[in-house]
Amino acid sequence: MTPAPSAVAGQELTLPAPRGACPFSPPPAYLDAHRAAPLTKMSLWDGEPCWLVTGHQQMRTILQDKRFSADARVPGFPFLSPGRRQLLTKAQPSFLRLDDPEHARLRRMLTGDFIVKRAEAQRPQLQKIVDEALDRMIAKGSPADLVRDFALPVPSRVICLLLGVPYADHEFFEGQTSMLVDLSTPPEQIKAAMGTLNGYLTELAERKRREPDDSLLSRLVARGELNEAECAAMGMVLLVAGHETTANMISFGTLALLRNPAQLARLRAEPQLIKGAVEELLRYLSVVHFGLPRAALEDVEIDGTLIRAGEGVLCMLSAANWDEQVFSGGAELDITRDARRHLAFGFGGHQCIGQPLARAELQIALGTLLRRLPDLRLAVPYEELEYRTDKAVYGVRSLPVTW
Amino acid sequence: MQVSVDKDRCCGAGQCVMAAPDVFDQSEDDGLVLLRPGAVEQAARTDLELAAGLCPAGAITVREDPRTGSGDADGTVDA
Ligand code: HEM
Ligand code: SF4
Repeated sequence: MTPAPSAVAGQELTLPAPRGACPFSPPPAYLDAHRAAPLTKMSLWDGEPCWLVTGHQQMRTILQDKRFSADARVPGFPFLSPGRRQLLTKAQPSFLRLDDPEHARLRRMLTGDFIVKRAEAQRPQLQKIVDEALDRMIAKGSPADLVRDFALPVPSRVICLLLGVPYADHEFFEGQTSMLVDLSTPPEQIKAAMGTLNGYLTELAERKRREPDDSLLSRLVARGELNEAECAAMGMVLLVAGHETTANMISFGTLALLRNPAQLARLRAEPQLIKGAVEELLRYLSVVHFGLPRAALEDVEIDGTLIRAGEGVLCMLSAANWDEQVFSGGAELDITRDARRHLAFGFGGHQCIGQPLARAELQIALGTLLRRLPDLRLAVPYEELEYRTDKAVYGVRSLPVTW
Repeated sequence: MQVSVDKDRCCGAGQCVMAAPDVFDQSEDDGLVLLRPGAVEQAARTDLELAAGLCPAGAITVREDPRTGSGDADGTVDA
């Protein structure tokens, strides 16, 4: 199902807007809109009014302002398709789709597990996961699909660790979650996938209650503060939020480096640049690309523009991350730039809780890949690659490589 | 410089620790922000301001120290 076009100030705009000639660039329609104004009024496929937010400063302000709700049941909350309406309104919401105080209550049950120190302490485990995935890819032989053979398995194994499930389960939950993030999945199928995953997670939580282990999920269950549905919602958000995001950053990040040989050479020569390079890749690629959705609970004035109660906003991270006022020459990848102000992890109280872990995974995965495969290159012409324009997390569909 | 942190606002994202690890820490229990004792005085102003700017929750406030403020060269303003 293709979402119907929407009207923006007289012109047609389909959301998510089509990409232009360069797969790394935000959709040209967002950049055009941004040139005119940091906030653009439009209407969605279902006729709901919605604001496209493209300015870095305005996005920070909105995402930090409690008068904008992340709860999908609030009037005016923007949905990109009927399937996403189903996904976001019909299940027990995770804290991603709740406002404070419930959001803070649930989030704070996890924050202790995602502190920077902990992600740093997990590095040896992450290094082992990365090395083993790479060993398997190399053993299979070149050419390999970097997406399937490296980028997806790494975060998948990390999530198995968090949830305390055997890696053998990964095919099952990856199949189900990939349906959830696909814009073309019809509502009935979304409902079915949610039901299946919910059953799996509820059963899993029950098992942790009987046989506790040292996984994050087990500790969460042991707190005894969550009912069954809340437990399943926690499991669901952990399953979905950290998998395709990290995986696409690994594969699409590798492609961005391969397409910028001078940057790649610099990073190979100076591996200590990896931290800054990962921040720059996060900024440059903004893989969470459908726009962070919020709805105004009251009339709010942002920079002289009135957003009315009941109107939706979509924060287009890619546009803010290329905002020339903050990142000059932002259309270029520059691994030595200070990119730390990027909004790839969002902003405000919902900013990614998994970011210290994601950063460690990306630094280790990309750093190790470049070190161990000094001759890594594309195995097909660049022009033949296809992109995940229809998925909630953007990236390259497959990345055939040789070495 | 004076730094204050508001734990009620903090969402444990750890941006402050990334920006100025010598000054900010996170509690191992709840992940919320902690100030390392005696560290603010040693810290570079730019790092403190970066931490405040990166904090997604607006939980960090950086102020000119009234005792050593720029308008007071000898740093002896009484409270
Ligand atoms: C490079 C990888 C990642 C990217 C780009 C990313 C991006 C994001 C973004 C943009 C949000 C904000 C959503 C919103 O405000 O509407 C978010 C929230 C979240 N992320 Fe991540 N994420 C990544 C990795 C991870 C990992 C590894 C985990 C955990 C294992 C994780 C768990 C979460 C959770 C639980 C939330 C919800 C936080 C809340 O609502 O308070 N993410 N992420
Ligand atoms: S950056 Fe802000 S929200 Fe994050 S841990 Fe530090 S004080 Fe808390």
